[in-house]
Amino acid sequence: MTATATVVEELRTALGAARVRDAGAELSLYRRDAGHMAGVAAVVCFPVTTAEVAACVRITASAGLPFVARGSGTGLAGGAVPPDGAVVISLTKMNRIRSVDPTARRAWVEPGVLNLDLSRAVAVHDLHFAPDPSSQQTCTIGGNVANNSGGPHCLAEGVTASHIVALEVVLPDGAVTVLGGEDPEPAGYDLRGAFVGSEGMCGIATAICVRLTQNPPVVRTMLLDFDDVESGASTVSDIIAAGIVPAAMEMMDRLCLQAVEAYIHAGLPVDAATALLIEVVGLRAAVDGATEAIVAIAERRGVGGVRIAADEAERALLWKGRKSAFGAIARIKPNYYLHDTVVPRRELPGVLAQVYDIAARFELEVLNVFHAGDGNLHPLLLFDEREPGVMERVLAAGDAIVSASVAAGGVLSGEHGIGLEKRDLMPLMFSAVDLDAQSALRRAFDPDERANPGKVLPSPARCADVQSIPAGAWV
Amino acid sequence: MDLSGFADEVGASGEVTITGAATRGGPVAGVRVVRPPTGIDWLRGDEMTVCCGAGTLVADLDEALAAVGQCVAIPPSGTVGGALAVGRSGLRRLGYGPIRDILLQARYVSAAGEVVKAGGPTVKNVSGFDLCRLLVGSYGTLGFLGEVILRTRPRARFEQWFVTTADPIETFRRLYRPTSVLWDGTTTWVLLEGHPDDVASSAAACALGEADGPPDLPTGGRWSISPSDVPAMRGTFVAEVGVGVVHHADPQPAVEASAAVVELNRRIKHNFDPTGRLNPGVDVLARP
Repeated sequence: MTATATVVEELRTALGAARVRDAGAELSLYRRDAGHMAGVAAVVCFPVTTAEVAACVRITASAGLPFVARGSGTGLAGGAVPPDGAVVISLTKMNRIRSVDPTARRAWVEPGVLNLDLSRAVAVHDLHFAPDPSSQQTCTIGGNVANNSGGPHCLAEGVTASHIVALEVVLPDGAVTVLGGEDPEPAGYDLRGAFVGSEGMCGIATAICVRLTQNPPVVRTMLLDFDDVESGASTVSDIIAAGIVPAAMEMMDRLCLQAVEAYIHAGLPVDAATALLIEVVGLRAAVDGATEAIVAIAERRGVGGVRIAADEAERALLWKGRKSAFGAIARIKPNYYLHDTVVPRRELPGVLAQVYDIAARFELEVLNVFHAGDGNLHPLLLFDEREPGVMERVLAAGDAIVSASVAAGGVLSGEHGIGLEKRDLMPLMFSAVDLDAQSALRRAFDPDERANPGKVLPSPARCADVQSIPAGAWV
Repeated sequence: MDLSGFADEVGASGEVTITGAATRGGPVAGVRVVRPPTGIDWLRGDEMTVCCGAGTLVADLDEALAAVGQCVAIPPSGTVGGALAVGRSGLRRLGYGPIRDILLQARYVSAAGEVVKAGGPTVKNVSGFDLCRLLVGSYGTLGFLGEVILRTRPRARFEQWFVTTADPIETFRRLYRPTSVLWDGTTTWVLLEGHPDDVASSAAACALGEADGPPDLPTGGRWSISPSDVPAMRGTFVAEVGVGVVHHADPQPAVEASAAVVELNRRIKHNFDPTGRLNPGVDVLARP
């Protein structure tokens, strides 16, 4: 019997046959995430308790096989792509909210709970979970932890790491423990902080204690449009420099506005070069003051239209416009490649100009819809994969955009993570010594490097087998 | 900032300890002492980031930030590096968030005497493992901070301390984002920041009376408990409501870490400092 066959048998004994799947058709569903790379899973299992997760991990450990934890598979950087022959441990059936403490503003949730479901469940207490990735209807809290996910409202609230208090984890050797704690200053190194964003390479979170955020008493949402991209981008910097941190500050360019308007008919300014969707929240006087100041700053930058949502319905419509962008793109081209880099806010005008230049140079259409407030660019390169040779151009344009962002003092990823996609670009940001330090942390959690191997750290910093990027994959 | 001189001082062998202003315990006794670079390298108000040497005084940083209407969530006193290395947040943690969330990028000197960069300079970044959060609260046992880039925040245009004898939890529940809520078992102190009209209306809604400032804090022990357990607190104390830090007259009873957590701490220390030369003898699990 092969090692894999033995593992499948042991997993079936531990979980029951129904929750261990190794038929080809089913395995093919677990070859990829929402990005463009694929691997090959040996078997997929669906534990429903922490003890079952620990059993799965121990079984893979005794066989020396790699494993990869997985939520909804909405990641874009290939983080959940199984290293060939890996055991995929799906956490989607662990989807209970274990407890909510509305006074301490905490909840213990299982990793398969969907992001938006959590906010809906705690709305009765006038609370929400602050990180709000665009995929929040389908992405899991466990996935948010693995990727340290962001979202539009992370401008003021911070990304996932700021909202995770404690983690019950199964370590790569099968041990179960709690990292961090419900108390504010647990003794020892910040293991919770080290685990968040480790892309499944330090173990599997089986329960997550999240911090919940008060719903604001007053919310003001506005759309400001500009005749040129630079004025919009400069307005973003001016607002921050004025000491105003809006709850969200999103930018959509003309191609995005046009695509979305054709899709949802929200009355968006389709003739503008760019529009800023800004949300200010808080108490009445602060919101009024910030709104007034933002409009005055925008006027100094020659703002065209200023549309302030009159009610919750209009607010929802404006946000629907922002969040429908990815669906609307299908009206332009059948495929898109979404990038994710961050630049200092003051560099936004220059880097955006470079993004348009790069797209033109590679004869591609580019659409920009992104978290301007924290300088988090999301250029979407549009294409039709049936067009011969287009993938090479998309790939080269993407690399050029990432390089331009880093050269402007930026970073490789703001919220999607490194995964496979940007693994080999890590040296753009980090020296071999820097990467060794990251590897040292990873090996403290996983000395045998079996938890999602081959991600994040480029090969010189890893000791285990080199996971090659699958043929045909794009990075 | 050139860290090569600092790296040379730390060297690659022999026990070595670091100190800033020694307000948080100072260097390890009997071990060769180094000091980190000082001074603000740059301050970018429109990015809300600042870069400085780890030896920079918190007071100097605060003064420079005040000039651009900003501040940083570091408790007063001592040096920036010392505050980060100890990792204890200030009394305004409820509103400002913990100190571990402010370190965007660190350049530190490793046990091998090399300059290592962790994190990145932008306010948002998920490129690679989060070594910055690992370094905050690591007491200089994994590397010596040389230069840091921090996230700043707008300085509130108005702030006022208040006092009430109403139930602290109920007061906390009713207020929108107070900056600090303290309770000593009898009296509740509240710090509100923001627009003066909002502060006034919030205070009126909860029947808060103005106060000169926070109470004196007992210094016998700094307890770390679940915020859910604060109402059950007894003795001589001032508790941070909604946070769980309790400034107590007595030391906190020892809490034992799980075997797995002890082992993870041991392995991290070993992987970063195999010979144990950095701040020798400091045990982070013992809450030094």
